[in-house]
Amino acid sequence: MTDYTKMWQSLGLDLKSHDALLAGLGKAYTDIFLSQKNRPEGMKYFDFVMSEVHGLRIKEIVDAKEQGRVIIGSYCVFVPEELVLAVDGVAVGLCAGAEFNFEGAETLLPRNTCSLIKSAFGFKLGKVCPYLESCDVVVGENTCDGKKKAYEIMGPLVKDLYIMDLPQTKSEMGKALLKEEYRKFIAKLEKVSGKKVTFASLKKAVDLVNAKRMAVKRLAAIRAADPAPISGLDSLLVNQVFFHDDPVRFTDAVNKLCDELEARVKNHNGVFPKGTTRVIVSGCPMAVPNWKLPMLIETSNAVIVGEESCVGERGSRWLTEVKGNTVEELLDAITDRYFNIDCAVFTPNPSRVEYVKEMTKKLHAQGVIHFSLQFCQPYIMESGPVEKDLEKSGIPTLRLETDYGMEDAGQLKTRIEAFGERLKKK
Amino acid sequence: MRCAGIDIGSRTIKLAVIENGELIFSRKIITSHDPLGTARDLMAETVFDRITATGYGRHLIKSHLSCPVISEITAFVLGSRFFSDSCESILDIGGQDTKAISLDKNGSLCKFEMNDRCAAGTGRFLEVMATVLGFTLEEFSAAALSAKKAEKINSMCTVFAESEVVSLVSQGALRNEVALGIHKSIVSRSAGLLKRVAPTGKIFFAGGVALNDCVRILLENEMGRPVFVPPDPQIVGAIGAALSASENV
Repeated sequence: MTDYTKMWQSLGLDLKSHDALLAGLGKAYTDIFLSQKNRPEGMKYFDFVMSEVHGLRIKEIVDAKEQGRVIIGSYCVFVPEELVLAVDGVAVGLCAGAEFNFEGAETLLPRNTCSLIKSAFGFKLGKVCPYLESCDVVVGENTCDGKKKAYEIMGPLVKDLYIMDLPQTKSEMGKALLKEEYRKFIAKLEKVSGKKVTFASLKKAVDLVNAKRMAVKRLAAIRAADPAPISGLDSLLVNQVFFHDDPVRFTDAVNKLCDELEARVKNHNGVFPKGTTRVIVSGCPMAVPNWKLPMLIETSNAVIVGEESCVGERGSRWLTEVKGNTVEELLDAITDRYFNIDCAVFTPNPSRVEYVKEMTKKLHAQGVIHFSLQFCQPYIMESGPVEKDLEKSGIPTLRLETDYGMEDAGQLKTRIEAFGERLKKK
Repeated sequence: MRCAGIDIGSRTIKLAVIENGELIFSRKIITSHDPLGTARDLMAETVFDRITATGYGRHLIKSHLSCPVISEITAFVLGSRFFSDSCESILDIGGQDTKAISLDKNGSLCKFEMNDRCAAGTGRFLEVMATVLGFTLEEFSAAALSAKKAEKINSMCTVFAESEVVSLVSQGALRNEVALGIHKSIVSRSAGLLKRVAPTGKIFFAGGVALNDCVRILLENEMGRPVFVPPDPQIVGAIGAALSASENV
């Protein structure tokens, strides 16, 4: 294995903590992913990506930086990758999925802050995220109140924190706000990169990101098959890697995986026996390496066949419809695309539950497990009405609220197993 | 065919054996620091042809013998039907958790909810509070029933409630009135869970806390619905597991 110590040192990482983090990550990955049976060959690429997640990929990013490309980090699917690529920048989703240095985070944040926010701070204060440390600009988006206020506290900790405002209603004014925010973001990107966004550069970026989303949409559709050709864990991993891998190479790897999975479907080859209980997971995003709930579900005689989540279909199900021949028209198209995202910060947010129903039908799921991160107000508040609506439509739903810690694993497993027993009886 | 069910709970382990639809053996024992050893001893006391495990330690037993497992929730659904086929709701208050379950018309599991990750408002909570007041569990319930009014207990957390109780007592509050306050707080919490998940019909009340008369009476008043307590409310899960074992024949 290549020694990346020098690179990590130059990024200012705390090597001791970072070693501990990587060791923990490696062990979790081995226990959770490599122990699965009959995994598709195509997952080898993602195993490799994960084994080099703080190595080779960081080296690529550092090299890109040396070639004069800007590195733009973000924490949300509302930050358009297309705009970053249009100035030949590198877009990276930042680490927020591990329970790391929460005691450090709690020196700046209230204890009852969601794990996602705490994790972002834990990584920053513990100096263990090479992605974050490589960034020229970190984009903070005004989604929930927790994140909004957290970015105010994060500002002084990072080199250049750029705040992007977001609408809260799906109104004409809301859309106009989003478009103007994207226009402002383009100006910011042009300033830091010294490059202009042109119709050609933006069109190329849109095509590239569309191709990437099409690949994960293809993967999502294949999962309708019974027996499931791929586990929910592996599919989630693909959706997680989506945020930090090289987009062209990633798209290629996902399409290759899909070729293999389509052949599997033809041969009725699955990772779980035909007839295994099928569930959709809906709710808060699961950032890498948050694999807790899928791991508990898939070791409880059930398979996850879809994720209605930002790290999943909510993040990828819309494509940008290319039209016109000006930057302005493309900007409209991009705004239209992102304005669809049915995050729980919007009020009201009816399309989300409708899509969960559609997914359940399309993917032949028997039930929905609603996942809320503890203290995530928007999703926890929305979970009640979502559950009621789904149950009324005849879709059994289990609401779970948890964080990144493992102390409630036993209680969660009991609920998940009981839910599986309920679905089996149906 | 003798079908057994073992329910490995946080405070007690229960074993039930069913033959030809009759309960022919049932026994419970304190879990101790060695649940697997305790379970093994318990199983050695009787003979059976097949067994199903439930309870929080259900997966633990797999290292000892390979047997099917079911969740406590399904076990209580099956077990409740052994005693009564007219209940639409189940409330189980065990050593470390509280479950509310609703049944559909066929008596199958419909919805369920459990308390959060801590032991607030469970059997363990009652045990700690009884100890703080210097009561045995039997005395505790009787004292509460004898009280004319209740001291208000605000905290559900075992640790916070303990200091609340200590300070009430030191302010001269009557022991039995504090006891009633504690019982009321546990009932209001469980009733909230029940109203949300299982809003109608007769309530099947199981788990160790169902042995507490005061909780049962307060629950009946609070819900305005009949509450049925089976003869041995702690064995329901084990019976459910035994019935599940016989289903798989």
